Amino acid sequence: MYSGFLHAFGVWLAAFFTLSIFSFLYKDNPFYKFAEHIYVGSSAAYWILYLFVFDVKPLLWDAFFRNTGFEKWILIVPFALSLMMLTRFIPNISWISRYAIAFVVGIGAGLAITGSIQGILIPQLKGTLVPLFGKENFWHYVNNWILVAGVLTTLFYFYFSIHHRGILRGLAKTGIIFIMIAFGAAFGYTVMARVSLLIGRIHFLLFEWLSFIFH
Amino acid sequence: MKKIYDILEFLGKIDRRWIFLFVFVFTTLPLALKFKVRVTPTEEVKIAFNYIENLKEGDRVLISIDYDPASMPELQPMLYAILRHLFRKNLKVIMMGHWPLGLPLGKTALEEVAKEYNKKYGEDYVFLGFRPGGSAVMVAMGSEIRNVFAADQYGTPLDSLPVMRDVHNYDDIALLIGLEAGSTGDFWVQFANARFGQEIILGCTAVIAPNLYPYYQAGQIRGIIGGLRGAADYENLVGKLGTGSIGMWVQSAIHILIIIFIIFGNVGYFVLRRRRKRSV
Repeated sequence: MYSGFLHAFGVWLAAFFTLSIFSFLYKDNPFYKFAEHIYVGSSAAYWILYLFVFDVKPLLWDAFFRNTGFEKWILIVPFALSLMMLTRFIPNISWISRYAIAFVVGIGAGLAITGSIQGILIPQLKGTLVPLFGKENFWHYVNNWILVAGVLTTLFYFYFSIHHRGILRGLAKTGIIFIMIAFGAAFGYTVMARVSLLIGRIHFLLFEWLSFIFH
Repeated sequence: MKKIYDILEFLGKIDRRWIFLFVFVFTTLPLALKFKVRVTPTEEVKIAFNYIENLKEGDRVLISIDYDPASMPELQPMLYAILRHLFRKNLKVIMMGHWPLGLPLGKTALEEVAKEYNKKYGEDYVFLGFRPGGSAVMVAMGSEIRNVFAADQYGTPLDSLPVMRDVHNYDDIALLIGLEAGSTGDFWVQFANARFGQEIILGCTAVIAPNLYPYYQAGQIRGIIGGLRGAADYENLVGKLGTGSIGMWVQSAIHILIIIFIIFGNVGYFVLRRRRKRSV
Protein backbone atom coordinates (compact mmCIF):
# COMPACT_ATOMS: atom_id res chain seq x y z
CA MET A 1 0.00 0.00 0.00
CA TYR A 2 2.72 2.43 1.11
CA SER A 3 5.09 1.48 -1.74
CA GLY A 4 2.17 1.74 -4.20
CA PHE A 5 1.49 5.28 -3.04
CA LEU A 6 5.17 6.17 -3.28
CA HIS A 7 5.34 4.79 -6.83
CA ALA A 8 2.24 6.77 -7.86
CA PHE A 9 3.63 9.90 -6.24
CA GLY A 10 6.95 9.40 -8.07
CA VAL A 11 5.25 8.95 -11.45
CA TRP A 12 3.09 12.08 -10.99
CA LEU A 13 6.09 14.09 -9.81
CA ALA A 14 8.19 12.98 -12.80
CA ALA A 15 5.32 13.76 -15.20
CA PHE A 16 4.83 17.21 -13.66
CA PHE A 17 8.53 18.09 -13.99
CA THR A 18 8.75 16.68 -17.53
CA LEU A 19 5.78 18.78 -18.66
CA SER A 20 7.13 21.83 -16.81
CA ILE A 21 10.45 21.58 -18.64
CA PHE A 22 8.69 20.98 -21.99
CA SER A 23 6.59 24.11 -21.41
CA PHE A 24 9.73 26.16 -22.17
CA LEU A 25 9.30 25.14 -25.82
CA TYR A 26 6.29 27.46 -25.94
CA LYS A 27 7.90 30.23 -23.92
CA ASP A 28 9.70 30.88 -20.64
CA ASN A 29 7.35 30.54 -17.67
CA PRO A 30 7.32 30.03 -13.85
CA PHE A 31 6.74 26.25 -14.15
CA TYR A 32 9.92 25.89 -16.18
CA LYS A 33 11.89 28.06 -13.75
CA PHE A 34 10.57 26.07 -10.78
CA ALA A 35 11.50 22.72 -12.38
CA GLU A 36 14.93 24.02 -13.40
CA HIS A 37 15.79 25.21 -9.88
CA ILE A 38 14.51 22.03 -8.27
CA TYR A 39 16.61 19.97 -10.69
CA VAL A 40 19.81 21.90 -9.98
CA GLY A 41 19.23 21.86 -6.22
CA SER A 42 18.29 18.21 -5.92
CA SER A 43 21.22 17.09 -8.15
CA ALA A 44 23.66 19.03 -5.97
CA ALA A 45 22.12 17.60 -2.78
CA TYR A 46 22.26 14.08 -4.20
CA TRP A 47 25.95 14.48 -5.08
CA ILE A 48 26.80 15.76 -1.59
CA LEU A 49 24.87 13.02 0.20
CA TYR A 50 26.15 10.27 -2.08
CA LEU A 51 29.77 11.31 -1.68
CA PHE A 52 29.39 11.65 2.09
CA VAL A 53 27.52 8.39 2.71
CA PHE A 54 29.45 6.13 0.31
CA ASP A 55 32.89 7.75 0.36
CA VAL A 56 33.72 10.28 3.05
CA LYS A 57 32.11 8.36 5.92
CA PRO A 58 33.31 4.79 5.15
CA LEU A 59 36.67 5.68 3.59
CA LEU A 60 37.75 8.53 5.88
CA TRP A 61 35.73 8.74 9.08
CA ASP A 62 34.98 5.03 9.76
CA ALA A 63 38.36 3.95 8.40
CA PHE A 64 40.19 6.32 10.74
CA PHE A 65 38.58 4.78 13.84
CA ARG A 66 38.84 1.21 12.47
CA ASN A 67 42.44 1.18 11.21
CA THR A 68 45.65 1.20 13.21
CA GLY A 69 49.23 2.35 12.63
CA PHE A 70 50.24 3.84 9.27
CA GLU A 71 46.87 3.10 7.61
CA LYS A 72 45.17 5.17 10.32
CA TRP A 73 47.48 8.18 10.35
CA ILE A 74 47.91 8.49 6.58
CA LEU A 75 44.21 9.45 6.46
CA ILE A 76 45.12 12.77 8.06
CA VAL A 77 46.64 13.82 4.70
CA PRO A 78 43.39 13.69 2.63
CA PHE A 79 41.48 15.13 5.59
CA ALA A 80 43.90 18.08 5.82
CA LEU A 81 43.74 18.60 2.04
CA SER A 82 39.94 18.67 2.11
CA LEU A 83 39.99 21.23 4.95
CA MET A 84 42.46 23.31 2.94
CA MET A 85 40.09 23.21 -0.03
CA LEU A 86 37.26 24.50 2.17
CA THR A 87 39.28 27.61 3.10
CA ARG A 88 38.14 29.07 -0.24
CA PHE A 89 35.02 30.18 1.63
CA ILE A 90 37.09 32.38 4.01
CA PRO A 91 38.62 35.24 1.99
CA ASN A 92 41.45 35.99 4.47
CA ILE A 93 42.93 32.50 4.30
CA SER A 94 41.61 31.34 0.93
CA TRP A 95 45.23 31.20 -0.37
CA ILE A 96 45.69 27.96 1.61
CA SER A 97 43.31 26.19 -0.80
CA ARG A 98 45.94 26.61 -3.54
CA TYR A 99 48.01 23.81 -1.99
CA ALA A 100 45.12 21.37 -2.23
CA ILE A 101 44.33 22.54 -5.76
CA ALA A 102 48.02 22.17 -6.72
CA PHE A 103 47.88 18.58 -5.46
CA VAL A 104 44.80 17.79 -7.58
CA VAL A 105 46.16 19.60 -10.66
CA GLY A 106 49.52 17.84 -10.32
CA ILE A 107 47.95 14.39 -10.26
CA GLY A 108 45.56 15.34 -13.07
CA ALA A 109 48.33 16.69 -15.30
CA GLY A 110 50.56 13.67 -14.65
CA LEU A 111 47.79 11.23 -15.53
CA ALA A 112 46.62 13.26 -18.54
CA ILE A 113 50.10 13.55 -20.11
CA THR A 114 50.97 9.86 -19.77
CA GLY A 115 47.43 8.81 -20.71
CA SER A 116 47.36 10.98 -23.83
CA ILE A 117 50.72 9.77 -25.12
CA GLN A 118 50.34 6.11 -24.20
CA GLY A 119 46.62 5.83 -24.84
CA ILE A 120 45.91 8.20 -27.73
CA LEU A 121 48.92 9.52 -29.63
CA ILE A 122 50.91 6.30 -30.11
CA PRO A 123 47.97 3.88 -30.72
CA GLN A 124 46.32 6.38 -33.09
CA LEU A 125 49.59 6.80 -35.02
CA LYS A 126 49.83 3.02 -35.25
CA GLY A 127 46.20 2.93 -36.40
CA THR A 128 47.03 5.26 -39.28
CA LEU A 129 49.89 3.09 -40.56
CA VAL A 130 47.74 0.90 -42.78
CA PRO A 131 48.60 -0.97 -46.00
CA LEU A 132 47.65 0.96 -49.14
CA PHE A 133 48.14 -1.95 -51.57
CA GLY A 134 47.69 -5.69 -51.23
CA LYS A 135 45.64 -8.76 -52.05
CA GLU A 136 42.58 -8.09 -49.90
CA ASN A 137 39.21 -6.68 -50.97
CA PHE A 138 39.58 -3.61 -53.22
CA TRP A 139 37.29 -1.47 -50.99
CA HIS A 140 39.45 -2.24 -47.97
CA TYR A 141 42.30 -0.36 -49.63
CA VAL A 142 39.98 2.45 -50.77
CA ASN A 143 39.06 2.93 -47.09
CA ASN A 144 42.73 2.93 -46.13
CA TRP A 145 43.53 5.57 -48.79
CA ILE A 146 40.68 7.75 -47.52
CA LEU A 147 41.92 7.33 -43.95
CA VAL A 148 45.50 8.30 -44.78
CA ALA A 149 44.42 11.18 -47.02
CA GLY A 150 42.05 12.45 -44.30
CA VAL A 151 44.72 12.39 -41.60
CA LEU A 152 47.44 14.03 -43.73
CA THR A 153 45.29 16.77 -45.29
CA THR A 154 43.60 17.60 -41.96
CA LEU A 155 46.98 17.87 -40.27
CA PHE A 156 48.19 20.05 -43.13
CA TYR A 157 45.17 22.38 -42.76
CA PHE A 158 46.42 23.17 -39.24
CA TYR A 159 50.01 23.70 -40.40
CA PHE A 160 50.33 27.49 -40.54
CA SER A 161 54.11 27.90 -40.95
CA ILE A 162 53.88 28.15 -44.74
CA HIS A 163 51.44 30.05 -46.90
CA HIS A 164 48.67 27.82 -48.35
CA ARG A 165 49.14 28.54 -52.07
CA GLY A 166 48.93 26.44 -55.25
CA ILE A 167 48.92 22.70 -54.56
CA LEU A 168 49.23 23.39 -50.81
CA ARG A 169 45.97 25.33 -50.97
CA GLY A 170 44.35 22.26 -52.57
CA LEU A 171 45.65 20.05 -49.75
CA ALA A 172 44.33 22.45 -47.10
CA LYS A 173 40.94 22.63 -48.90
CA THR A 174 40.76 18.83 -48.93
CA GLY A 175 41.54 18.88 -45.23
CA ILE A 176 38.66 21.23 -44.53
CA ILE A 177 36.31 18.98 -46.51
CA PHE A 178 37.25 16.06 -44.22
CA ILE A 179 36.72 18.29 -41.17
CA MET A 180 33.29 19.36 -42.46
CA ILE A 181 32.29 15.73 -43.06
CA ALA A 182 33.33 14.96 -39.46
CA PHE A 183 31.26 17.92 -38.18
CA GLY A 184 28.30 16.73 -40.26
CA ALA A 185 28.54 13.21 -38.82
CA ALA A 186 28.81 14.62 -35.30
CA PHE A 187 25.78 16.88 -35.89
CA GLY A 188 23.75 13.96 -37.29
CA TYR A 189 24.60 11.85 -34.25
CA THR A 190 23.66 14.78 -31.98
CA VAL A 191 20.23 15.07 -33.61
CA MET A 192 19.79 11.32 -33.16
CA ALA A 193 20.76 11.59 -29.48
CA ARG A 194 18.37 14.45 -28.76
CA VAL A 195 15.52 12.64 -30.51
CA SER A 196 16.29 9.58 -28.36
CA LEU A 197 15.91 11.69 -25.22
CA LEU A 198 12.56 13.00 -26.45
CA ILE A 199 11.47 9.42 -27.21
CA GLY A 200 12.42 8.45 -23.66
CA ARG A 201 10.29 11.18 -22.09
CA ILE A 202 7.29 10.67 -24.39
CA HIS A 203 7.51 6.93 -23.73
CA PHE A 204 7.40 7.66 -20.02
CA LEU A 205 4.42 10.01 -20.36
CA LEU A 206 2.47 7.58 -22.54
CA PHE A 207 3.20 4.26 -20.91
CA GLU A 208 3.89 5.10 -17.30
CA TRP A 209 1.99 8.28 -16.51
CA LEU A 210 -1.05 8.06 -18.84
CA SER A 211 -1.38 4.30 -18.52
CA PHE A 212 -1.22 4.85 -14.76
CA ILE A 213 -4.13 7.32 -14.95
CA PHE A 214 -6.30 5.21 -17.26
CA HIS A 215 -5.39 1.86 -15.71
CA MET B 1 5.84 30.46 -59.72
CA LYS B 2 5.09 33.43 -57.44
CA LYS B 3 2.83 31.22 -55.35
CA ILE B 4 5.59 28.62 -54.90
CA TYR B 5 7.98 31.38 -53.86
CA ASP B 6 5.38 32.67 -51.40
CA ILE B 7 4.96 29.20 -49.87
CA LEU B 8 8.74 28.72 -49.62
CA GLU B 9 9.07 32.16 -48.06
CA PHE B 10 6.32 31.29 -45.56
CA LEU B 11 8.09 28.01 -44.70
CA GLY B 12 11.37 29.85 -44.30
CA LYS B 13 9.79 32.16 -41.72
CA ILE B 14 7.67 29.57 -39.91
CA ASP B 15 7.50 29.90 -36.11
CA ARG B 16 9.79 27.27 -34.55
CA ARG B 17 6.96 26.20 -32.22
CA TRP B 18 5.19 24.63 -35.22
CA ILE B 19 8.30 22.50 -35.74
CA PHE B 20 8.19 21.43 -32.08
CA LEU B 21 4.53 20.48 -32.51
CA PHE B 22 5.28 18.40 -35.63
CA VAL B 23 8.16 16.65 -33.85
CA PHE B 24 5.90 15.96 -30.86
CA VAL B 25 3.18 14.43 -33.07
CA PHE B 26 5.66 12.39 -35.10
CA THR B 27 7.13 11.06 -31.84
CA THR B 28 3.88 10.35 -30.03
CA LEU B 29 1.93 8.60 -32.78
CA PRO B 30 4.35 5.78 -33.62
CA LEU B 31 5.04 5.27 -29.91
CA ALA B 32 1.33 5.11 -29.06
CA LEU B 33 0.77 2.63 -31.90
CA LYS B 34 3.74 0.59 -30.56
CA PHE B 35 5.42 0.04 -33.92
CA LYS B 36 8.53 -2.09 -33.50
CA VAL B 37 11.20 -2.36 -36.14
CA ARG B 38 13.64 -5.20 -36.62
CA VAL B 39 16.89 -3.50 -37.59
CA THR B 40 19.89 -5.09 -39.23
CA PRO B 41 22.64 -4.79 -36.60
CA THR B 42 25.67 -2.73 -37.52
CA GLU B 43 29.07 -4.38 -37.86
CA GLU B 44 30.59 -2.84 -34.71
CA VAL B 45 27.63 -3.99 -32.55
CA LYS B 46 27.77 -7.49 -34.06
CA ILE B 47 31.50 -7.68 -33.29
CA ALA B 48 30.83 -6.58 -29.69
CA PHE B 49 28.05 -9.17 -29.36
CA ASN B 50 30.22 -11.96 -30.78
CA TYR B 51 33.09 -11.03 -28.48
CA ILE B 52 30.83 -11.57 -25.45
CA GLU B 53 29.38 -14.68 -27.09
CA ASN B 54 32.89 -16.18 -27.21
CA LEU B 55 33.70 -15.57 -23.53
CA LYS B 56 33.93 -18.66 -21.32
CA GLU B 57 31.26 -19.45 -18.73
CA GLY B 58 32.24 -17.91 -15.39
CA ASP B 59 34.42 -15.18 -16.91
CA ARG B 60 34.22 -11.86 -15.07
CA VAL B 61 32.81 -8.84 -16.90
CA LEU B 62 33.19 -5.39 -15.39
CA ILE B 63 30.42 -2.92 -16.24
CA SER B 64 31.06 0.77 -15.60
CA ILE B 65 28.03 3.04 -15.28
CA ASP B 66 29.32 6.36 -16.58
CA TYR B 67 26.04 8.13 -17.31
CA ASP B 68 23.18 9.74 -15.44
CA PRO B 69 19.39 10.04 -15.89
CA ALA B 70 19.84 12.61 -18.68
CA SER B 71 21.18 9.82 -20.93
CA MET B 72 18.88 7.12 -19.60
CA PRO B 73 16.69 6.75 -22.74
CA GLU B 74 19.71 5.71 -24.81
CA LEU B 75 21.85 3.80 -22.35
CA GLN B 76 19.36 2.07 -20.10
CA PRO B 77 17.88 -0.18 -22.86
CA MET B 78 21.47 -0.98 -23.83
CA LEU B 79 22.33 -1.96 -20.25
CA TYR B 80 19.28 -4.25 -19.99
CA ALA B 81 20.14 -5.98 -23.28
CA ILE B 82 23.81 -6.42 -22.31
CA LEU B 83 22.94 -7.76 -18.83
CA ARG B 84 20.51 -10.26 -20.36
CA HIS B 85 23.25 -11.46 -22.68
CA LEU B 86 25.82 -11.73 -19.87
CA PHE B 87 23.54 -13.63 -17.47
CA ARG B 88 22.27 -15.91 -20.24
CA LYS B 89 25.91 -16.81 -20.94
CA ASN B 90 26.49 -17.44 -17.18
CA LEU B 91 29.13 -14.73 -17.00
CA LYS B 92 29.85 -13.04 -13.66
CA VAL B 93 29.02 -9.35 -13.51
CA ILE B 94 30.93 -6.75 -11.50
CA MET B 95 29.26 -3.34 -11.63
CA MET B 96 30.77 -0.01 -10.65
CA GLY B 97 30.56 3.55 -11.96
CA HIS B 98 32.10 6.98 -12.18
CA TRP B 99 28.83 8.94 -12.24
CA PRO B 100 27.06 8.79 -8.86
CA LEU B 101 23.78 10.04 -10.31
CA GLY B 102 23.65 7.05 -12.67
CA LEU B 103 24.51 4.31 -10.20
CA PRO B 104 20.93 3.79 -8.98
CA LEU B 105 19.96 3.19 -12.63
CA GLY B 106 22.69 0.56 -12.96
CA LYS B 107 21.72 -1.08 -9.68
CA THR B 108 18.01 -1.23 -10.62
CA ALA B 109 18.77 -2.87 -13.98
CA LEU B 110 21.26 -5.29 -12.41
CA GLU B 111 18.81 -6.45 -9.74
CA GLU B 112 15.91 -6.77 -12.20
CA VAL B 113 17.79 -8.79 -14.81
CA ALA B 114 19.55 -10.92 -12.16
CA LYS B 115 16.10 -11.85 -10.82
CA GLU B 116 14.94 -12.80 -14.35
CA TYR B 117 17.83 -15.28 -14.61
CA ASN B 118 17.78 -16.46 -10.94
CA LYS B 119 21.25 -15.10 -10.24
CA LYS B 120 22.52 -14.66 -6.68
CA TYR B 121 24.15 -11.54 -5.31
CA GLY B 122 27.75 -12.17 -4.31
CA GLU B 123 28.00 -15.39 -6.33
CA ASP B 124 26.97 -14.27 -9.81
CA TYR B 125 27.12 -10.53 -9.55
CA VAL B 126 28.30 -7.72 -7.32
CA PHE B 127 27.69 -4.00 -7.08
CA LEU B 128 30.80 -2.06 -6.06
CA GLY B 129 29.40 1.46 -6.34
CA PHE B 130 31.41 4.64 -6.80
CA ARG B 131 34.83 5.93 -5.83
CA PRO B 132 35.91 9.49 -6.59
CA GLY B 133 39.05 10.00 -8.62
CA GLY B 134 38.16 8.95 -12.16
CA SER B 135 41.38 8.05 -13.95
CA ALA B 136 43.27 7.61 -10.64
CA VAL B 137 40.74 4.90 -9.71
CA MET B 138 41.29 3.20 -13.08
CA VAL B 139 45.05 3.17 -12.62
CA ALA B 140 44.82 1.89 -9.03
CA MET B 141 42.51 -0.94 -10.13
CA GLY B 142 45.32 -2.15 -12.38
CA SER B 143 47.36 -3.28 -9.38
CA GLU B 144 44.68 -4.32 -6.86
CA ILE B 145 40.94 -3.63 -6.93
CA ARG B 146 40.84 -3.87 -3.13
CA ASN B 147 43.03 -0.78 -2.87
CA VAL B 148 40.08 1.16 -4.28
CA PHE B 149 37.06 -0.96 -3.41
CA ALA B 150 37.83 -2.75 -0.14
CA ALA B 151 34.14 -3.61 0.15
CA ASP B 152 31.04 -3.58 -2.05
CA GLN B 153 28.49 -0.79 -1.77
CA TYR B 154 26.79 -2.50 1.18
CA GLY B 155 30.03 -2.70 3.15
CA THR B 156 30.71 -6.43 2.62
CA PRO B 157 34.46 -7.04 2.24
CA LEU B 158 35.30 -8.25 -1.27
CA ASP B 159 36.96 -11.45 0.00
CA SER B 160 33.64 -12.48 1.56
CA LEU B 161 31.99 -12.45 -1.88
CA PRO B 162 32.68 -15.60 -3.96
CA VAL B 163 32.40 -13.66 -7.23
CA MET B 164 35.32 -11.40 -6.18
CA ARG B 165 37.54 -13.91 -4.40
CA ASP B 166 40.00 -14.48 -7.27
CA VAL B 167 39.61 -11.06 -8.82
CA HIS B 168 42.46 -8.69 -8.03
CA ASN B 169 43.08 -6.55 -11.11
CA TYR B 170 42.41 -6.27 -14.84
CA ASP B 171 44.19 -9.60 -15.45
CA ASP B 172 41.23 -11.31 -13.78
CA ILE B 173 38.60 -9.45 -15.79
CA ALA B 174 37.83 -10.84 -19.23
CA LEU B 175 36.05 -7.77 -20.50
CA LEU B 176 35.23 -4.22 -19.46
CA ILE B 177 32.00 -2.71 -20.77
CA GLY B 178 31.79 1.05 -20.29
CA LEU B 179 28.44 2.76 -20.77
CA GLU B 180 29.41 6.31 -21.52
CA ALA B 181 27.70 9.68 -21.69
CA GLY B 182 30.88 11.76 -21.40
CA SER B 183 34.63 11.43 -21.63
CA THR B 184 35.08 8.60 -19.09
CA GLY B 185 35.27 6.12 -21.98
CA ASP B 186 38.39 7.90 -23.26
CA PHE B 187 40.01 7.44 -19.84
CA TRP B 188 39.13 3.72 -19.77
CA VAL B 189 40.88 3.38 -23.14
CA GLN B 190 43.88 5.46 -22.05
CA PHE B 191 44.45 3.70 -18.74
CA ALA B 192 42.74 0.29 -18.59
CA ASN B 193 43.48 -0.63 -22.21
CA ALA B 194 46.70 1.17 -23.10
CA ARG B 195 48.44 0.60 -19.76
CA PHE B 196 47.03 -2.76 -18.65
CA GLY B 197 45.82 -4.32 -21.91
CA GLN B 198 42.20 -4.64 -20.71
CA GLU B 199 39.76 -5.60 -23.49
CA ILE B 200 37.01 -2.98 -23.73
CA ILE B 201 33.62 -2.58 -25.39
CA LEU B 202 32.04 0.87 -25.17
CA GLY B 203 28.33 1.57 -25.24
CA CYS B 204 27.66 5.28 -25.59
CA THR B 205 25.19 8.04 -26.34
CA ALA B 206 24.97 9.00 -30.01
CA VAL B 207 26.56 12.39 -29.24
CA ILE B 208 29.89 10.88 -28.28
CA ALA B 209 29.88 7.91 -30.68
CA PRO B 210 31.86 9.75 -33.43
CA ASN B 211 34.65 10.44 -30.89
CA LEU B 212 34.99 6.73 -30.13
CA TYR B 213 35.27 5.45 -33.70
CA PRO B 214 39.02 6.24 -33.93
CA TYR B 215 39.59 3.89 -30.95
CA TYR B 216 37.59 1.20 -32.73
CA GLN B 217 39.44 1.71 -36.01
CA ALA B 218 42.80 1.53 -34.21
CA GLY B 219 41.79 -1.70 -32.44
CA GLN B 220 41.84 -0.12 -28.96
CA ILE B 221 38.27 -1.22 -28.26
CA ARG B 222 36.46 -4.37 -29.37
CA GLY B 223 33.19 -2.75 -30.37
CA ILE B 224 30.91 0.28 -30.13
CA ILE B 225 27.24 0.19 -29.25
CA GLY B 226 26.21 3.71 -30.21
CA GLY B 227 23.02 5.46 -29.13
CA LEU B 228 19.46 4.18 -29.30
CA ARG B 229 20.25 2.53 -32.63
CA GLY B 230 23.04 0.55 -30.94
CA ALA B 231 20.65 -0.45 -28.16
CA ALA B 232 18.07 -1.62 -30.73
CA ASP B 233 20.79 -3.58 -32.57
CA TYR B 234 21.83 -5.29 -29.36
CA GLU B 235 18.23 -6.06 -28.38
CA ASN B 236 17.81 -7.69 -31.80
CA LEU B 237 20.93 -9.78 -31.35
CA VAL B 238 19.92 -10.85 -27.84
CA GLY B 239 16.44 -11.67 -29.17
CA LYS B 240 14.36 -9.62 -26.75
CA LEU B 241 13.06 -6.37 -28.18
CA GLY B 242 12.67 -3.49 -25.73
CA THR B 243 12.42 0.29 -25.68
CA GLY B 244 15.43 0.61 -27.99
CA SER B 245 13.56 -1.18 -30.78
CA ILE B 246 10.32 0.72 -30.12
CA GLY B 247 12.28 3.97 -30.53
CA MET B 248 13.66 3.03 -33.97
CA TRP B 249 10.44 3.70 -35.87
CA VAL B 250 10.17 7.11 -34.23
CA GLN B 251 13.83 7.85 -34.96
CA SER B 252 13.28 7.13 -38.66
CA ALA B 253 10.11 9.25 -38.79
CA ILE B 254 11.73 12.20 -36.99
CA HIS B 255 14.88 12.02 -39.12
CA ILE B 256 12.82 12.25 -42.30
CA LEU B 257 10.86 15.16 -40.81
CA ILE B 258 14.05 16.99 -39.84
CA ILE B 259 15.57 16.45 -43.31
CA ILE B 260 12.40 17.92 -44.86
CA PHE B 261 12.54 20.91 -42.49
CA ILE B 262 16.24 21.47 -43.24
CA ILE B 263 15.50 21.47 -47.00
CA PHE B 264 12.52 23.82 -46.61
CA GLY B 265 14.45 26.05 -44.23
CA ASN B 266 17.38 26.40 -46.61
CA VAL B 267 15.30 26.88 -49.73
CA GLY B 268 13.14 29.42 -47.88
CA TYR B 269 16.26 31.25 -46.70
CA PHE B 270 17.66 31.57 -50.23
CA VAL B 271 14.29 32.66 -51.64
CA LEU B 272 14.00 35.33 -48.94
CA ARG B 273 17.56 36.51 -49.59
CA ARG B 274 16.93 36.75 -53.34
CA ARG B 275 13.70 38.73 -52.81
CA ARG B 276 15.42 41.11 -50.40
CA LYS B 277 18.26 41.69 -52.88
CA ARG B 278 15.75 42.44 -55.64
CA SER B 279 13.76 44.85 -53.47
CA VAL B 280 17.01 46.73 -52.62
